[in-house]
Amino acid sequence: MKHPIKKWITLVFVLGAILMLGACKKKVAPPPPPPPPALASPTASLSANPNTVDKGQATTLSWQTTNATDISIDGIGTVEASGSRQVTPADSTTYHLTAKGTGGTQDATARVTVNAPPPPPPPPPSLTEEQLFAQNVKDIYFDYDKADIRADQQADLQADAQFLQQHPNIRITVEGHCDERGSTEYNLALGTNRSDAVKNALIQAGVGGDRIKTFSYGKEKPFCTESNDSCWQQNRRGHFIYEK
Amino acid sequence: MRNPAYRTRSLGFIVAALLLLAATGSAQDWIRTGTGLGVEKVRLAASDFKPSTPDPKNTDLLKTFNDTLWNDLDNAGIFELVSKSFYPEQVPGQPSEVNLSAWNQQPPNASMLAFGNLGVSADKVQVQGWLYDVKSSGSPQVLGKQYNDNGTAEAVRVIAHKFADEIIFRLGGGIAGIAESKIYFVSARGGQKEIWTMDYDGANQHAVTHLGAISLSPRISPDGSRLAFSSVTKTGWEIMLYSFDLNRMISFPRFGGMNLSPSWSPDGKLAFSSSRNGYPNVFVVDGSGGNLRRLTSGQGPDVSPTWNRKTGAQIAFVSGRTGLPQVYTMEADGTNVQRLTDQGYAVSPNWSPNGQFLTFSWMRKYGPGEPGSNDLYLMDVASKQWVQLTHDSGRNDAPCWSPDGRHVVFQSHRTGSDQIFSMLADGTNVKQLTFSGNNTQPNWSWK
Repeated sequence: MKHPIKKWITLVFVLGAILMLGACKKKVAPPPPPPPPALASPTASLSANPNTVDKGQATTLSWQTTNATDISIDGIGTVEASGSRQVTPADSTTYHLTAKGTGGTQDATARVTVNAPPPPPPPPPSLTEEQLFAQNVKDIYFDYDKADIRADQQADLQADAQFLQQHPNIRITVEGHCDERGSTEYNLALGTNRSDAVKNALIQAGVGGDRIKTFSYGKEKPFCTESNDSCWQQNRRGHFIYEK
Repeated sequence: MRNPAYRTRSLGFIVAALLLLAATGSAQDWIRTGTGLGVEKVRLAASDFKPSTPDPKNTDLLKTFNDTLWNDLDNAGIFELVSKSFYPEQVPGQPSEVNLSAWNQQPPNASMLAFGNLGVSADKVQVQGWLYDVKSSGSPQVLGKQYNDNGTAEAVRVIAHKFADEIIFRLGGGIAGIAESKIYFVSARGGQKEIWTMDYDGANQHAVTHLGAISLSPRISPDGSRLAFSSVTKTGWEIMLYSFDLNRMISFPRFGGMNLSPSWSPDGKLAFSSSRNGYPNVFVVDGSGGNLRRLTSGQGPDVSPTWNRKTGAQIAFVSGRTGLPQVYTMEADGTNVQRLTDQGYAVSPNWSPNGQFLTFSWMRKYGPGEPGSNDLYLMDVASKQWVQLTHDSGRNDAPCWSPDGRHVVFQSHRTGSDQIFSMLADGTNVKQLTFSGNNTQPNWSWK
């Protein structure tokens, strides 16, 4: 048991001595070479004005250098010591100037940001006639117990008629609706007159009567079920239904 | 007419006319003579029927029978029913058990006594009923009836109705009772509006149509065999017919346009509103659908015709020809149009069986700042005098007379939803008949 330990101690000692000898050897390396002769270093600056342009617009690169004999800008090539140049980058570009002289090399950069044009509006989705109908045709609203077209509804009615004339394949049903007040039967009759009033006004405005069916729901299918004036107004209408 | 005191008097006159002269006479006479308010009602005792067999089913059936009979007599409007708390301890089940002096003196002090017995045997029920004039000691029996049927609650209810109608016929001036009558109505309780029916007292409610479209304005034919109504079809509202003989829809012409609110004449023609020529006008057609002719013209709208149920010679209807809807009458050929209401919003007329009265829904003061309510009114057609039947009870509409002219069934929103109620034609004794879903436009059978 004692013998192996003595052997380990000896090994550690020898390794330590080798390491110490190595370190001593570096300290005695030769002195550094003398500094090079003191030549002037080049300077360089590069700027872009403006540094942000829209796509297709030009900007002006300006640069100045000193102590340089060989000056170039990436993408442009060799240039004079100082100057300016109009450029029209297609995309955002970092211009890189290299000025070389006997005293060394100096770099300068200038970043030109090119704003991408706004994406073109997506091509309009091709709407079906039914979707156009839903977007354009407005219901016609009535006064209480009345079946004549109100003055303030004439504009919507004319617009409806114009749309229908521009879309001659569309056939419609005009539904007459009424508010909840009064009898079921009288409101069905009143709704009949409302749908007829809308149909007749469309015919007057040039829409073919054979394209227009009428129907009355009276107060059977209200759009709004509260008992107040605004709800009742919502329910007194000629409602357009797309048929084809 | 606008004077409240006078209005109260005329109410009495008209009700008196109703109850005494339902079949004949003229309201003008009663208004001129100005005799008593209403009629003295017969003081009637109706003792619970007694079991005549030991069958254990008797208990339930007796309760059904006694409740139904009492309710029928109470509804009739011509009796002062003596409270059961005044009855002797021993009530009779058959004539030999009647002690006249126990009934014709205080406390019951009855004029009439209905009594009898009921017994189930081998699933059959036998009911014996009597009506006694207890103030006539010599020959008290007014009525003695015996009924045999299956021992079911349904059959026992019908027997009670039949016996009640016998009593009402004998004591009510020869006018048939209504206990076996039916009411047709619109119910949305299953989703879509369909035509339903029920007994006059609200029992036995069930759907007639299952069309899945909107069906409205049921009107039963005078003989009870056909039901006309208006329903949404692919081409518009059309008049539809259901046959109770065949228990199915039967064909009827499609007229085109909006065809609404049919009404049967006593001889089986149909008046209705049609926009087939443009504006809604009143048309008449034979019960078979033939011989269509137009009675009114103009923009109207004209709707809700109702025939004079006694003569068939006149039609009342609603028109918006001057603005808000008003009630008009005309001859059955469309001539002699007369406006009956002078203001407000008047709709849903229904002509009484005796031909004298219209009942209708009227918002008398209508317009901005006039928070009127839809109430039911009764108008004497000849004099245009009217009385108000409902008061301060929400929107009331679609009144319809019972076959005896003593009752009106109607729809009311007084509970917060549309339900069907009946009342006496003087506005008293209001009873709610439906409770489930929304129920509207009741129409009472002609008999």
